[in-house]
Amino acid sequence: MTPPLLARGVEVDLAGGPVVRGVDLTVGSGEFVTLLGANGSGKSTLVRALVGLIPARGTIELFGTPLARFRERWRLGYVPQRPGSAAGVPATVREIVTSGRLSHRPVLGFASRSDRAAVDEALEHVRLSAKADQPITELSGGQQQRAYIARALVANPQLLVMDEPTAGVDAESAEVLAGLIGHLVSDHGMAVLLVAHELGPMRPLVDRAVVVDAGRIAYEGRVEDIPTDHPHDHPHSGAPERIRPVQEEGPLG
Amino acid sequence: MSELLSYEFMRIALAAAVVTGLAAPAIGTYIVQRRLALLGDGLGHVALTGVALGLLTQVTPTITAVIVAIIGAVVIELLRMYAKTSGDVALAMLFYGGIAGGVLLTNLAGESAATLNRYLFGAITTISMSDLLAVLILGVVVIVAALGLSPQLFAVCQDEDHARVSGVPVRLYTLLVAVLAAITITVAMRTVGLLLVSALMVVPVAAAQQLTRSFRATHLASMAVGVVAATGGVVASYEIDTQPGPTIVVLALGLFALAALTRGVTALRRR
Repeated sequence: MTPPLLARGVEVDLAGGPVVRGVDLTVGSGEFVTLLGANGSGKSTLVRALVGLIPARGTIELFGTPLARFRERWRLGYVPQRPGSAAGVPATVREIVTSGRLSHRPVLGFASRSDRAAVDEALEHVRLSAKADQPITELSGGQQQRAYIARALVANPQLLVMDEPTAGVDAESAEVLAGLIGHLVSDHGMAVLLVAHELGPMRPLVDRAVVVDAGRIAYEGRVEDIPTDHPHDHPHSGAPERIRPVQEEGPLG
Repeated sequence: MSELLSYEFMRIALAAAVVTGLAAPAIGTYIVQRRLALLGDGLGHVALTGVALGLLTQVTPTITAVIVAIIGAVVIELLRMYAKTSGDVALAMLFYGGIAGGVLLTNLAGESAATLNRYLFGAITTISMSDLLAVLILGVVVIVAALGLSPQLFAVCQDEDHARVSGVPVRLYTLLVAVLAAITITVAMRTVGLLLVSALMVVPVAAAQQLTRSFRATHLASMAVGVVAATGGVVASYEIDTQPGPTIVVLALGLFALAALTRGVTALRRR
């Protein structure tokens, strides 16, 4: 079976020089892979290249199709890092989530009845039905992240790529998200690529961890076996654990 | 009012005001959403060169203005896409070039400052029937595109990265927003003038969002504010004998103040 994501020898150069160097990465069907690393390690840059937001060298295939020719966009759900909060006009949670259905009809057309049903269902999943008609800026950080995840899920993707969705999220939202993602992986066979700083309640879901350091893969394997600079955290305490010490916010995230 | 409508120039002026009042906020909402509120100003400056080209070559200034403004819009968007670091200064130079070129070419055409003044601040009562037709056609194009493509334009202006990953042709749509803004400027040029056109794209949106919570409501309410300000401004300018352009903009600002006040009072009552 073709894996949802297959990357070989990925190299990314940004203005300051090489940021990602010779990365191989595969996410299989129904597999939950997490990409860990310090700020500035290149993990966010790598993920932005994998979904086609920045140019990269090497081979990137989504569901067996080279990225440049990949058209079935609904199969790929994407949650950007700190998304869209800078818009200058108010928008409700429902409006934001509805825009996630566009991958089914990117060029023309308004939301259909099936789109509206999918939006209601996605809002239900992230437990935001009661907030659907509120402006997204009135929600807490965690609730906003849930809304952006609903926007990614509303197209029923087979691969969900999330860039630090739990950064700065309250414990309740993190639990809701972990429960939801766990359900989608186990019941619907959705594959997940999660970029994270801390795993928190997502930890038990992870099949494979990939640690990025200075643009290269430094470790790949079980979360439990990651070599840390820290004394090991308790894996089931639910407390946020860190793979590496937090550094100053770098431009590359 | 009936006396007012008995003049043909007033009927034309009011028709142009309705179309302008609807079209400017219809596209302006996306521009505000993208936080590019000053884009309209820049395009207005560039369009002035287009007007002057028309005066120089004896072609209808509306036609030359729309062509030059569209070229300017495309150049601005391409600069924003490909020259991110130097885009700011490049934009500024484009604006200065637009206004300097406009005045220079007007001088060369042997036209007076008064002619230029008509385009800078609007001269709604001198619109001819053929001008009105151009304004109506261009205005309807903008309104239909801004409303008909609202799911796509909303997604692109809300979150470019997410839209791109969803397969939405983001470059095409950002170019389209800029081009529609350029067309709107030409539509509004005769009503409010090039120097104030951006106000009609931005102020009604700012007024609407004092009282709205969703994008859709903001979009439609801003168009309503635009129509009220544009038609009210035309009538008021006739009654109190002022230039229509500034009258329309002052009225729009007044509506903004009213909306902001209403919001403040409502917030106080809820406490």
